[in-house]
Amino acid sequence: MTAITNGLPRDRMLSEPRDLDLRGKSGSRALKNSVATAVMWAAFAIAVIPLVWILLTVAVKGGHLILDSTWWTNSQQGITARREGGGAVHAIQGTLIQGLVTALISVPIGVLTAVYLVEYGRGRFARIVSFMVDILTGVPSIVAGLFIYAVFITTFGFTRAGIFVCLSLTLLMIPVVVRSTEEMLKLVPNELREAAYALGVPKWKTIFSVVLPTAFSGIITGVLLGLARVMGETAPLLILGPYTKAIATDLFGGNMATLPTMINQDRDQAVTLPAYDRIWAAALTLILLILLLNLLGRLAGRFSKV
Amino acid sequence: MTGVSIADKTPGSHGESPLSGDGASTGRLGDRLFGGAAIGAGAVVVGLVTLIGVFLLSQAIPSLMKNEANFLTSTEWSVGGDHPRFGILRLLWVTVLSSLLALTIAVPIGIAVALFITNYAPKWLSKPAASTVDLLAAVPSIIFGLWGLRVFGPRTEGIQNFLREKAGWFPLFKETTVGSFTTIFLAGLVLAIMILPIITALSREVFAQTPTTHKEGALALGATKWEMIRTAVLPFGKPGVISAAMLGLGRALGETVAVMILISSLAQGTDFSFSFFDGGETFASKIALGAGEFDTPQKTGAYIAAGLVLFILTFIVNAIARIVIERRKAFTE
Repeated sequence: MTAITNGLPRDRMLSEPRDLDLRGKSGSRALKNSVATAVMWAAFAIAVIPLVWILLTVAVKGGHLILDSTWWTNSQQGITARREGGGAVHAIQGTLIQGLVTALISVPIGVLTAVYLVEYGRGRFARIVSFMVDILTGVPSIVAGLFIYAVFITTFGFTRAGIFVCLSLTLLMIPVVVRSTEEMLKLVPNELREAAYALGVPKWKTIFSVVLPTAFSGIITGVLLGLARVMGETAPLLILGPYTKAIATDLFGGNMATLPTMINQDRDQAVTLPAYDRIWAAALTLILLILLLNLLGRLAGRFSKV
Repeated sequence: MTGVSIADKTPGSHGESPLSGDGASTGRLGDRLFGGAAIGAGAVVVGLVTLIGVFLLSQAIPSLMKNEANFLTSTEWSVGGDHPRFGILRLLWVTVLSSLLALTIAVPIGIAVALFITNYAPKWLSKPAASTVDLLAAVPSIIFGLWGLRVFGPRTEGIQNFLREKAGWFPLFKETTVGSFTTIFLAGLVLAIMILPIITALSREVFAQTPTTHKEGALALGATKWEMIRTAVLPFGKPGVISAAMLGLGRALGETVAVMILISSLAQGTDFSFSFFDGGETFASKIALGAGEFDTPQKTGAYIAAGLVLFILTFIVNAIARIVIERRKAFTE
């Protein structure tokens, strides 16, 4: 045990016990410990490499196009794969419209479900709802798209349209909203509810004007993160939302472009064609949009009152 | 970000649950309406999941009845005409093989990254490190596909050829008709990157919950940091890691666009091969590629049948994850 005081002034050892020299442990154990430490650092490096690599690739290959103002003002109408120019405004618009409509449908359902689970739900039905939310979280996006196709297009005979894309994205967004809202509502102190009840405020009003406002910024965070997830989703769009090069804003009829389908459309183009640069620019635009939503979401979380 | 959290399985902020049920309701119209709306929203969620199962099943059955091949064991896929013959064996194999490869790579790395964030990283690095890994989950899957095909894939050609040459005697690494890098192997690698954030995020949460007393106890007994992790952190986090792996597997099984872009399709009638270096389709990518073929109920039904199998597969995997977490909860409380 002499190793413990090995070379250290006694007073320093007492004041900083972290500096204990533990060389007394056998060599192989110390070695294993160092190897483990190195492995953890290496694993983190391995996890970061793909992210940096992807972001750099997209920024380098698509950066020059999105700096051009026509990228944000023009559509691809009349532009072939061999021609330069055109923009992505049709796709950006489509992604934003579909994202917004998806959020409008799924936020009320999601928030109310979370309210049910936290404020009302007891017993068997609450457990079933909670379990179903978990299952919905795990539903592959392609199955969500296929389900909407089976219901509206095969069974009811509609043609493919933007609104159906929104409905399938709703299936993917609801569980995200439910889970994040649920966590936020659980953080609201019970004292607030009890104070409201003590003043004679009915339960629904307590939830509506005390609980939900307290958790508001946290709920916004969840909504923005959920939105970020569904905006990058491609699979249901392949089934339900055909691409078009023109600007289209009608959700109920006709094709509608989105950034993911714009990428998908030209992904097989040869490296030498201008269309090849445009897929990277579209990818960069999509990543920027999603990063922006993520950033806003985290910023909203900062203002959380709970 | 992942939409999944184990925080909801823990009791409220002060250990007690919020005021229970209707004890707090006044029974007035406002309360009845709002309570009704909340229950209704819950019912919508339950209804949606049930409807997904029912609709997929009801539309798959007519096509399955007409199918002249064995749905579970056939490797053919021709869904049109009066004599449709289709089976899912090949889809199942490609789906499972690519997902398991992804899992084998992502789980050890994910655990190590989670341990790094919770136990090894210096304080200033731990939070940014966690957000960085979370950011990976924000990258859309089509961009993973694009990057995998154009940038990452060509760089894996070396290792793929090496494995083909040196380990080609083993059925999993056998040379096939696919000569390039667009194989199941590449899809597995990219899927591993895609499911890494979800595995890391969930493992991180459970590792962070390890009781400090366990950790300090181990250290006080003279354990090195690694021994402390092996004896205190890992056993405590095991159920959490298992369910994280299951949720990651669920993601990998259902991933569509990246896989569709990455794996080459095979010509009709190509021989079945067990190899990582074969092409083919997963359930999800087959459905996405077949979207143009959805013109008759019979054809659509065949794809819906494949979608149903995928739904059941992910349902089982997610249910296992849920059960593992529930049992841990019962055990720790």
